[in-house]
Amino acid sequence: MSRSIDIALSVNGERVTATVPSRLNLVDFLRNELCLTGSHVGCEHGVCGACTLTVDGETVRGCLMLAAQVDGKEVTTVEGLADSGKSTKLQAAFTKRNALQCGFCTPGMLASALGYINAGGDANRDAIRKHISGNYCRCTGYQSIVDAICDVIEEART
Amino acid sequence: MKAPDFDYLRPSTLDEALTMIAEYQGDAMPLAGGQSLMPMMNFRIAAPEALIDLADVVELQGIIQEGDSIRIGAMTRYAQLMSDPVILASIPLFGLALPHIAHDAIRNRGTIGGSLALADPAAEMPALMLVLNATIEITGKTGTRKIKADEFFLGYFDTALEEEELIVAIHIPTPAADHQFGFHELTQRHGDYAIAGVAVAFRTNCYRVAFFGVSDRAIRVPAVENALARGDGMDTVVTHLNDIEFSGDLKASKITRQRLAKVALGRAIEGMTL
Repeated sequence: MSRSIDIALSVNGERVTATVPSRLNLVDFLRNELCLTGSHVGCEHGVCGACTLTVDGETVRGCLMLAAQVDGKEVTTVEGLADSGKSTKLQAAFTKRNALQCGFCTPGMLASALGYINAGGDANRDAIRKHISGNYCRCTGYQSIVDAICDVIEEART
Repeated sequence: MKAPDFDYLRPSTLDEALTMIAEYQGDAMPLAGGQSLMPMMNFRIAAPEALIDLADVVELQGIIQEGDSIRIGAMTRYAQLMSDPVILASIPLFGLALPHIAHDAIRNRGTIGGSLALADPAAEMPALMLVLNATIEITGKTGTRKIKADEFFLGYFDTALEEEELIVAIHIPTPAADHQFGFHELTQRHGDYAIAGVAVAFRTNCYRVAFFGVSDRAIRVPAVENALARGDGMDTVVTHLNDIEFSGDLKASKITRQRLAKVALGRAIEGMTL
């Protein structure tokens, strides 16, 4: 009956219309239909955080939302964050602090960290660790990621 | 993995939702926040013929003070509960518990109604409903009914919800100013499911204590509540944890869980300003 759905949404500020299978999740839609391959597919059950992106300004798991559910919404991926300059400082801090190695977790980590920074989070290492505990990184051991997030927060305060 | 195929429907009223669910004769599932259902579908543990997305159903939204209780719409998301002025002012227990639920990306989507309907034994919301003496409002083709949280959770992922019924709202008696709350949860990492957790409510020498993550469902332990009310020492209070049928799994054995339930209770009580 309705195994494909017509959707109209905004992706990184651009209007997109598509007809999608109802079972297609948001991150697969972005990657395979729109070629926005910045959001990564890791565990596909909401645990690893690699697909974290924002919908209407709030972070979500791209693997736990259907493309059908974002009809009428505004989606921002890491490409959108980078192009708009919203993640410029954080990206620079990640580079400076060596907060990535393979880069698989980085797009999700940036989205998650920006959620913390934009909500007025403190440069408190414990609080930052708690916040990013839903984003797995197998390279860095997290120390440098926490350093980078702290840098951005402290820089904004001076 | 990817979810198996299904029909996707998004009703905007409760009547429409119930009609759509009825059309599938038991093969449709309501989609609330999807933070448990989508993983279950991706794992192919669940394979509904249709998903009825409740996101637009107006009757399931909103948090309002209604007489001497607070009505929380079933589709209220955790993030909304964390920032709602009525909840912040009246039910501080939510503020203690909500940060333990997964991570912000999950809390932006997950709903209170979804959590109660699923009744995961390790989830926080069922235990909160027990100690807050909540009433759960349910609707289905035979009409609307209200059921106490004490009678709602029946077992492992099992509730008093009948087929084709939906949770509409949760009604919580507004706590008095001198009501006090405690909460503690032990996990492997922040945001993981609880290995053992406890919620406590106290007022005028009366305790309500509910554990989660330790057994097949969130459970109150009357003997613990009575011992606390009598002012028994913690050493005596925790002997009553023997009343719980502890579950054991790869994460923690029965003995570990019993030990951790003790620790959680001690810390929850310690954190209260009694």
